Amino acid sequence: MKRRTFTSLTAGLGLAASLFGTSALAQDNMRIALVVKALGIGFFEAAAEGAQEAAEELGGVEVIYTGPTDTTAEGQIEVINALIAQNVDAIAVSANDTDALVPALKRAMQRGITVISWDSGVADEGRQMHLNPSSNALIGNMIIKLAADQLPDGGDVAVLSATTTSTNQNIWIEEMNKVMGDYPGINVVSTVYGDDLADKSYREAQGLMQSYPDLDAIIAPTSVGIVAAAQAVADAGKIGEVNVTGLGLPSEMAGAIESGASKSFAIWNPIDLGYSATMIAHALASGAATAEPGAEISIGRVGTITLDDTNAAAMADPFVYDASNIEQFKSIF
Amino acid sequence: MLKRFITSREALLVGAIAVLLVLISFRFPAFVTPGNLASVFNDTSPLILLAIGQMIVILTKCIDLSVAANLALTGMVVSMVNVAAPGLPIVVILMIAIGLGTVLGMFNGILVWKLRIPPIVVTLGTMTIFRGLVFLISGGKWVNSHEMSPAFKAYPRAELLGLPVLSWIAIIAVIVFSVVMTRTTLGRAFYAAGGNPHAATYAGINVGKTQFWAFTISGALAGLAGYLWVSRFAVAYVDIAGGFELDVVAACVIGGVSIMGGIGTVAGALLGALFLGIIKNALPVVDISPFWQLAISGGAIIIAVALNAQANRTKGRIILKQAEQAT
Repeated sequence: MKRRTFTSLTAGLGLAASLFGTSALAQDNMRIALVVKALGIGFFEAAAEGAQEAAEELGGVEVIYTGPTDTTAEGQIEVINALIAQNVDAIAVSANDTDALVPALKRAMQRGITVISWDSGVADEGRQMHLNPSSNALIGNMIIKLAADQLPDGGDVAVLSATTTSTNQNIWIEEMNKVMGDYPGINVVSTVYGDDLADKSYREAQGLMQSYPDLDAIIAPTSVGIVAAAQAVADAGKIGEVNVTGLGLPSEMAGAIESGASKSFAIWNPIDLGYSATMIAHALASGAATAEPGAEISIGRVGTITLDDTNAAAMADPFVYDASNIEQFKSIF
Repeated sequence: MLKRFITSREALLVGAIAVLLVLISFRFPAFVTPGNLASVFNDTSPLILLAIGQMIVILTKCIDLSVAANLALTGMVVSMVNVAAPGLPIVVILMIAIGLGTVLGMFNGILVWKLRIPPIVVTLGTMTIFRGLVFLISGGKWVNSHEMSPAFKAYPRAELLGLPVLSWIAIIAVIVFSVVMTRTTLGRAFYAAGGNPHAATYAGINVGKTQFWAFTISGALAGLAGYLWVSRFAVAYVDIAGGFELDVVAACVIGGVSIMGGIGTVAGALLGALFLGIIKNALPVVDISPFWQLAISGGAIIIAVALNAQANRTKGRIILKQAEQAT
């Protein structure tokens, strides 16, 4: 009995607080908080830009871009608690820690706040769904497609990976090998490992060019490797003969695109990621979609996602960067 | 003179390198073309520079584990200087690199000399400190190729009489330090301080101070290598040359530098570095499974050291020539 009065009291207080909160602001604006790992990181600033774009497209949505000043879970918990107090409609978080945020996020969900994670996920019980930037299968396909697109008549390509044991790269290469049948004429002649060290990757790239004089492309699905390989190709005077591609960051690859050592490369697009996270948060918070395995959620111009058994989904193919858009992105991340 | 050379460690190493090259040429003939060997030498140049510095430190019974971190810190500083002031002439950049490296080396030296902390502890500490400083000044961010000025990147690549400047710097360092080690008081003091510290003290050599100078030289060379490294690979980040200090020590040990101090030559350090450099450059082209590569490099080091230990075994010193003949 006593307990019930207490809950009804808190409920009443909560209601009063929310009425108070909403009356202070524009009446029907849905407020979506984009919580990032830390403020001042180019990647997340770009994501916020995408979120803003989604808000304008949806209309009646206010995006609150926030996060701690350093990448700590404690800082994010404080931010989330503050957002719960403000009674926002949805929280979309890129987490600094998989487990540490769960209690705070659970509390948010109990208050009826929609909680999703994107980019860097939280444990299943701490969110309604998680948005991955891409999937292993999409990445595996993309890296070979980037090489094949420049080789209409087929050719020899080699893979320069990180260490022999790095999980990500091994899965991507495995996925790449699965779809090799879709790219007739493209032969993967060798896979070498640069251990994510600039000097070893450089040497391995040099070795590839010596061992396979007819090599047409080097695929490096690692940001250290792709930069080192591009430098090795430039130093060997093989720009135009050997195309370096794979996964890299625009800020690090701008020089290689400029010199022509790399024609194109890919990585997830932070703008699209922020855009999609906002779209999903809006769909869930407005009740237009429910987060359950198998559910399909539309994410505007980026397409549609399908949730898997753990309520996670992959956004899209990695975004391709080349001479046409590198200028725009190199200062972002 | 010739006989002494043939039985020396250096000759043994030259032989080992020749055998290595022959073995590689069976699997990949193009490796032993002069052009490729020159590029292998060029690639090994930073290792040669650091190995010379390390050799001097080891001669004095010390060890410098901070060389790679020193390289990374200097490299990051000069690249950030370059980004901030792209117009700065390369001479100034070189002076900053060598100057900063020297200061970092002196810091090691002071701790060893004045506070008498064991060198392995000092440099283990400064290694971490230097790496931490790289992170601190860069905030974990990379300095990328397109941010560096063209002149900054072009310097080590510029060709002079058919060889890149990077190679020439290594060659000059080898010549200069050969002279320093054999023809100057300081050079001989390094041998004395490590070979027999007590005798050296009685001979009026300040062992601590000699060790200080050894660290200073090692630091200066690491600083110089720092600039060369970032401009060659056109990127600077926290982890550059991670674990490189072990390669440097390995090059010295392969080159016949005694870890106990007092024994070692510049030529030995040069050959040790070349031996490692050839292995590093050959492994990618001889088509051996990457899973085997580490084991092979490690095996080569142990074999080289074992051979050296055999050659080093002192046969006992002859004190009385006549007694020797009498028996």
